[in-house]
Amino acid sequence: MISIKEMAEKPVRLTEGHRLCAGCSEPIIAKQVLLGTDKPVVVSNATGCFEVSTSGFPYSAWNVPWIHSAFENAAATVSGVEVAYTALKKKGKVKDDIRFVAFAGDGGTYDIGFQALSGAIERGHQFMFVCMNNEAYMNTGIQRSGATGRGAATTTCPSGTCIPGKREFPKDITKIIAAHGLPYAAQASPHNYKDLIEKAAKGFEAGGPAFLNVIAPCPRGWRYESPQTIEVAQLAVETCLWPLYEYDNGKWNLTAESKRIAEGKKEKRPIVDWLKSQGRFKHLLDPKWKSVADEIQANVDRKWDELLRLSKQ
Amino acid sequence: MKRLAVNGDQAVALTWKQVDPDVCASYPITPQTIIVEAFSDYVANGEVDTEYVCSESEHSSMSICIGASAAGARAVTATASAGLAYMWEMLYIAASMRMPIVMTVANRALSGPINIHCDHSDAMGARDSGWIQIYGENVQEAYDNSLMSFRIAEHMDIRLPIMNCLDGFIVTHAIESLSPLDDEVAKNFVGEFKPVLPLLDVKHPHSFGPFDMPEYYYEHKYQQAMAMSSALSVIKEVFKEYEKVSGRKYDLIETYRTEDADYVAISIGSTAGTMKQVVDDLRKEGHKVGSIKIRVFRPFPYQEVAKALEGKKAVAVMDRAISFGAVSPLFADVRSAEFDNRVHARTVSYIYGLGGRDVGVEDLKVVFRELASGNAKTINYLGVKQ
Repeated sequence: MISIKEMAEKPVRLTEGHRLCAGCSEPIIAKQVLLGTDKPVVVSNATGCFEVSTSGFPYSAWNVPWIHSAFENAAATVSGVEVAYTALKKKGKVKDDIRFVAFAGDGGTYDIGFQALSGAIERGHQFMFVCMNNEAYMNTGIQRSGATGRGAATTTCPSGTCIPGKREFPKDITKIIAAHGLPYAAQASPHNYKDLIEKAAKGFEAGGPAFLNVIAPCPRGWRYESPQTIEVAQLAVETCLWPLYEYDNGKWNLTAESKRIAEGKKEKRPIVDWLKSQGRFKHLLDPKWKSVADEIQANVDRKWDELLRLSKQ
Repeated sequence: MKRLAVNGDQAVALTWKQVDPDVCASYPITPQTIIVEAFSDYVANGEVDTEYVCSESEHSSMSICIGASAAGARAVTATASAGLAYMWEMLYIAASMRMPIVMTVANRALSGPINIHCDHSDAMGARDSGWIQIYGENVQEAYDNSLMSFRIAEHMDIRLPIMNCLDGFIVTHAIESLSPLDDEVAKNFVGEFKPVLPLLDVKHPHSFGPFDMPEYYYEHKYQQAMAMSSALSVIKEVFKEYEKVSGRKYDLIETYRTEDADYVAISIGSTAGTMKQVVDDLRKEGHKVGSIKIRVFRPFPYQEVAKALEGKKAVAVMDRAISFGAVSPLFADVRSAEFDNRVHARTVSYIYGLGGRDVGVEDLKVVFRELASGNAKTINYLGVKQ
């Protein structure tokens, strides 16, 4: 594992000067991911905050080749780049040993981007798809997605007098992706950069499609103060709402804090700590909606137990 | 000269084999599917080096072509009808990113009701997407247009994607006699693909598809418009060069016995072939009739069309597509061409053959009869059952 000092000496692939919000986790995550390889990288980007804010013409925050074409097709676009690479390498027109990565938000992964992602994985392209999961459509103004947590208030599932935010639990997309039987899938969090970079490094060298689902706190959409981004990400892991794990060639491994929680070396914090940390859940602290908070805890526990079983296999 | 008995789809696949593109991404849809099936055989038998991607949708096919083209590869695809509709978003993006993707469109009606047969509503709907569109009348033209498409799209003054359109079933599935170029001649005519600022040049990183604010978007659209309008002269050059290697002479439009004609019908695709028979039959009866075929529909050859219509008594514009609430696409363009060039022929619209309704010689004679008798209305629905 590289040290922080070594990291600081690596070439800057995503520069400062982009227009993402203060406290946004996305550039932090992207930089961590790009530290996962020293090889040349080509980036495909789905439409979203990250694309809009890093590419405003005539500027670009990208020091590596970068392509955006649409919202739902980051995986298809990178497939095209990757097959072109295969074709041109075969003909001797490209010599470099290149890695390919796609960045998308949860909308571009769980919802509108799912078909293209599933297809690209099934076809076995060599690329890593990174979902920066901020659990809603933030670029359009915080609307509900398939990744939005139960009870979270968004602008299309607000907390009202009758309905306390989102009614449904999020899709378990990491498991769905793992069900494709791809070489490598993992969940990560930017608060644990070592774990994230290690996973990115494995993904880049997986020899086939790889998937990295990263919790991406959004101060604007989640309603917390900008300096708390990393703490909020950590809380997602410590409550086991966002376990750190990998699906590595068929084997499920818990990693980092999640592994220590499983081993009883670290406390599993109650979900209410997570709910308290963000304004999007504040209605759930009202005794009126206690049953919803309980349901969220029960769901976290059930999913966590399932993961414990898988990791023991 | 070598002659083959093949259908339009096989002819297109043969051009792809001769060109040996770097990447092909496609999704099956009738009546295009024979192209990618035939091409899959070439891939499976090692007759091409192409990376062939069976995508999970047409939207992804076009996205893959865009990624591949940006990466520095020559990319091809084929589709029809709903498949083209499903690509819609990406058509505009491919054009605005100036990706010289070559796509064959086997023209088929759009749903609903679902219908697999020929009309032009699919490609006509995409006429404003920024793609060059050329249409073939028969198997030979499908072949020739396909080869020329590469040269047109990839020309450094243009760099725009191109649709090579052929009528579903009528051309895609009908077996005709084809005179292909020799493989070497075809390959040399098309030449090597020259990438522009390819993504895979990792030492010179470029950002493709950035976000435009109002300060720049308009100028980017203007550049596209300029590239499109300069395409007409480039297309003519390519046609001339193709004539040298093939002996077949093509132009933006094809006129048939129009010089002394009083009455002219304008059509696109296979109907123009039937129309020639109609013209010959009616000429034998002493009627001064002629036919114009539009080969290049985008960019539209306004000057050429207007010139061909000078001094005519009446013109029937045949649209195998419908534009609800407005006049049909070809009719709108022809009338616009006439207006700007002060051509005063009475010009009427015939909508025909939707969803593969067969239109034969006798049906088309009705058009000329109505034109000559003055009975044609401004908008006519040929052969529709009331």
